[in-house]
Amino acid sequence: MKKFNVRDHEIVPEHVIISKKDVEALLVKYSITKEQLPKIKSADPVCKEIDAKSGDVVKITRNSPTAGKSIAYRLVVG
Amino acid sequence: MVKKGNSKASVGKTAKKSKDIKRAKTTKNVKKERASAVTPQSIDSKLKDLPLPPSIIEELKECLNKVKPTGAQLEHIIQMSVEAYEKAKVEPCEAVGIVAAQSIGEPGTQMTMRTFHYAGVAEINVTLGLPRLIEIVDARKIPSTPIMRIKLEPEYARDRDKARALGWGIEQSNIIDIGSMSVDMVKMQIVIELDEKMTSRRNITAEEIAQKINAETKAEVQAEGLKLTINPVQHSYRGLLRLVDDIKGITLKGVKGIRRIIIRKENEEYVLYTEGSALKKVLQFVGVDGSRTKTNNINEIAEVLGIEAARNAIISEAMDTLREQGLEVDIRHIMLVADMVTAGGSVKQIGRHGVAGEKASVLSRAAFEVTVNHLLDASIKGQVDELSGVTENVIVGQPIQLGTGDVELMYKAKE
Repeated sequence: MKKFNVRDHEIVPEHVIISKKDVEALLVKYSITKEQLPKIKSADPVCKEIDAKSGDVVKITRNSPTAGKSIAYRLVVG
Repeated sequence: MVKKGNSKASVGKTAKKSKDIKRAKTTKNVKKERASAVTPQSIDSKLKDLPLPPSIIEELKECLNKVKPTGAQLEHIIQMSVEAYEKAKVEPCEAVGIVAAQSIGEPGTQMTMRTFHYAGVAEINVTLGLPRLIEIVDARKIPSTPIMRIKLEPEYARDRDKARALGWGIEQSNIIDIGSMSVDMVKMQIVIELDEKMTSRRNITAEEIAQKINAETKAEVQAEGLKLTINPVQHSYRGLLRLVDDIKGITLKGVKGIRRIIIRKENEEYVLYTEGSALKKVLQFVGVDGSRTKTNNINEIAEVLGIEAARNAIISEAMDTLREQGLEVDIRHIMLVADMVTAGGSVKQIGRHGVAGEKASVLSRAAFEVTVNHLLDASIKGQVDELSGVTENVIVGQPIQLGTGDVELMYKAKE
C-alpha cells in the first residue's frame, strides 16, 4: 500500500489559491461578485491537498484541447 | 461562461490562416524585393504577448518559421490573425446553451438505442451509445457497467508475470473462487476444500483464510493442510446455513467490487482492465501507475480526484461515446455541458433534479417536467417571473432577448 497524491493524476489540472488582491482584480475584470464564480467544495480532494478554505478563490490552469491552456477560477465553498 | 480559450476561434483556423499568410506575402512582395527575413527569436518575442490562446500562438509560430516573413509581413500576418480570432469569438449574450443542446441532440437521434460492446477487450461488456450518453448527463451514481483501466509502473508493465500477479492481488476473491464448500449436516460443520492452484496463484495460505473467516464470523476454524473445518457458534441448522452465506460474502483477497481482471498488451505495455470499479483502493497498490489509471464512473472520480478531474472525465467520456458511434460533435459543446454540470462543486445531472431544476424562471421549469408541481409551488410562495429567459418569453408570446430581440429602441426627446 502506498499513498497516492491526487495532484499527480493526469486528469487533475493545477490548482493554486490566489491572493486577496488578485481576487479583487479578477472580480473587477469580469464585473461580477465572488458568488457568481463556479464553486469547488472545501472537501474536494484537491482543496484538501492545497489546504484551501471556504472563501478562497482557486485558479485552475486547465489543459484545453482547443486553446492549449485555459484559466478558470472557482470559489471554495462549504 | 464566456472564455477566451474555449470560444470557437479555432474552427477552420488553419485554412484561414494559411490564406492570410499567402495574401500578406503577395501584397508585400510586390513592393519590396525580398527584404531580409526576421529571425525566429524575434518572431517568438512578437508572438509572446498576443491576446491569442496558446495553441493558436504555437501553430502560428510553426507556420511563420516555415515561411520566413520579413518584418512588415510579420506585422501584417499577426494583425490579421488577431482580427480573425476576434471575429471567430462567441459574442456576449449569444445563446451558446441552445446551440450546444442542438449540436448534441441532433447526432443523438442517430445513435443506436441498444448497444453493448466489447470495448476491444475480450469479454468485458461496456455500455455504449445512447444509454451511455444518458448515463453521463444523468450523473448516475454508478454506471451500469463500471470498468477501470489500470496502467502499471514500468517495472510491472513490461513483465507479464508481475502484471498477472498484481492482477490477482487486485481481483476480488471469495471462497467459491478458491475452493469448494460443503455442509456436513450430521457433524454440524462446514468443510472447505481449497484448490492448491488457486491459493498459490492468489498468494494466500489456508491459515490466512482461516483467520479471516474467524475474524469476520467469529466461528471456530481449523486448518489442516488444504482442508478447513468450521464449527458455527450457534448450534442450529438455521445458524449453520446463515454462516454458509456469510462465508461466501467475505472478501478474502483483493479489492471489493473488482469482479474480474483481464490483462491486455497495449503499445508494449501490459494494462489491466477490470469489471467493477474501486478507484481509491486501486490507486494505493504498489505497481499501479496511479497517474494514468482511469475509471468510467464519473461520480467516483469526483469523489477521489476532485471536481476538475470529473469535468475532464465527463468531456472525454462523452466525446469517446459519440466518436465510437461515428459522430463528430465539436468538443466546445461538450465542454459547456461539463462546465454547467460541475459549476456547483459537485456533479449535477441535467434534468429536473439538477441543472434544469435550478433555473430561476418558474415558467421555464414548468415547461420542462412536472408542470403542475412547479406552478403550484410558485403560486403558494407568490413567486415572480422576470421573463428574462428564452422559454418563458416564448410561452407568453414575446420576442426573446437574444439577437435582434435583445435591442430596445428608446426615444430621446430633444431638449
